[in-house]
Amino acid sequence: MWEALITPLTYAFMQRGLVASLIVGIVCAVIGCYVVLRGMAFMGDALAHAILPGIAIAYLLQGNLTIGALVAAVAVALLIGVFSRQGTIREDTAIGILFAAALSLGVALISSIRTYAVDLSHILFGDVLGVSTSDLWLAGVLGILVLAAVALLYKPFLVISFDPVLAATLRWPAELLRNLLLLLLALTIVVSLQTVGVGLVAAMLVTPAATAYLLTRRLPVMMGIAAVIGAFSSLVGLYLSYYANIASGAAVVLTATACFLLAFLFAPRRGVISKRLHHLLQK
Amino acid sequence: MTHIENRLSLANVAAGYNGQRVLHDVSFQVPHGGQVAVVGPNGAGKSTLFKVLVGLLPLRSGEILIHGQPLGEHKDCVAYVPQRSEVDWRFPVTVKDVVMMGRYNRQGWLGRSTRHDHEAVYHALDQMGITDLAFRSIGDLSGGQQQRVFLARALAQEPHILLMDEPFTGVDVSTQEATLALLDKLKAQQVTIMVSTHDLNMAAQRFEWVLLLNHRPIAYGPAPEALSQENIRQAFGGRVLIVGDVAVVDECCPPQEG
Repeated sequence: MWEALITPLTYAFMQRGLVASLIVGIVCAVIGCYVVLRGMAFMGDALAHAILPGIAIAYLLQGNLTIGALVAAVAVALLIGVFSRQGTIREDTAIGILFAAALSLGVALISSIRTYAVDLSHILFGDVLGVSTSDLWLAGVLGILVLAAVALLYKPFLVISFDPVLAATLRWPAELLRNLLLLLLALTIVVSLQTVGVGLVAAMLVTPAATAYLLTRRLPVMMGIAAVIGAFSSLVGLYLSYYANIASGAAVVLTATACFLLAFLFAPRRGVISKRLHHLLQK
Repeated sequence: MTHIENRLSLANVAAGYNGQRVLHDVSFQVPHGGQVAVVGPNGAGKSTLFKVLVGLLPLRSGEILIHGQPLGEHKDCVAYVPQRSEVDWRFPVTVKDVVMMGRYNRQGWLGRSTRHDHEAVYHALDQMGITDLAFRSIGDLSGGQQQRVFLARALAQEPHILLMDEPFTGVDVSTQEATLALLDKLKAQQVTIMVSTHDLNMAAQRFEWVLLLNHRPIAYGPAPEALSQENIRQAFGGRVLIVGDVAVVDECCPPQEG
């Protein structure tokens, strides 16, 4: 048993992959609490797909892929804000339009680069075993930046999420704070690109946070539990992928989903079974 | 003798959403410690007026002065108690968390809660009789308890002006009484209060001032004068039936949520 856990870690690429997965699991889960509470799941998914053309253009210009991804994510986040702020179309419609457009542009650009075809699946589903030391540094620094911002701006983010009217009476810049939260979300998604890929990052944002929501009634605790579940899913998922020889991103997401289902059924207060029991006992 | 400014003064205020003008020609003054009931049919602009006063909606034209200075100069002197339907009750916060938000104006973005903040929070909880609920999730409370949480938050804010949107709708009688008792207590502290309601009886019996609103002020003054049959007829149009001395308004209450 012990040996089974140690063996994979004798490879340097597995060590790097594990650390990267843990960073992504924790950062996604923490920022994911706001994604879940503010109903931004669709936004998160859209931002992830919007990264695709950024990467393709960066590749064509032979620039840094991560920076390309970051620029694209920020641009789309702000564009969604511009489109929906006019009030002429709803935000989810604006997201739907930009999300499909960005994805199409990305696929069009990438399909024009023949030699790049193999790497497309890595972008879509992640390539945790291909994490380089410099990737790891970048993920670490950006991850700490996001976590520090969430901790420092706890009060303003809580207020704009729970009670925007209070933010207005306090004269706090709600618009700026909303955009800042979007920027942090974009950073998180870029960090996650390497491990879970464009297609699955939304699950890492939503699933651990939704699981934690079922288990607590306070936001700081929710963030803590979500981080633990995110880290646990990354760890278990990575071992699963090593021994069962399945794609790592998928293994991580499936582990997180299993955690969610357990909480959905057995959570002490909000789970389906405990609610039934409570109902029966009251009769 | 020094001249005392009216606490709240509106002149020719107009406001609305996306090109639609909901309020216009709104001018009135509220003296220090005045308690005003804002009465009018659904969609008359009661909530819009409050949104303008808290700074959530921009002014189209006109001027709002608080202590003789434009809106926004005094950053923390207006508190707002939202309608229960405006709050996301599934949000993972406890009663104490919500009431502590009333202290955020003093703490700022980065400041921590001081012992004084905790004392103010417990004092507010105590005044509303919900100290034992401090660590309960807001989603687990009854409608009346939920309302008391937001009243306690407004108390913790120690405001000069308190706005309450339909606080008498969809709550039990004891919460209504607790709200009215709170109004009396705040009157002694010279807190200026505006309460929107569609309950004409409540407005007539428990408030000294009434603002009768239907997109523009129909009447503003002491309750008996403002609520004359003629004024009520003008504000509510065909939805009022006057039998002898009694005015019956055919006005459905805002939807109650469970």
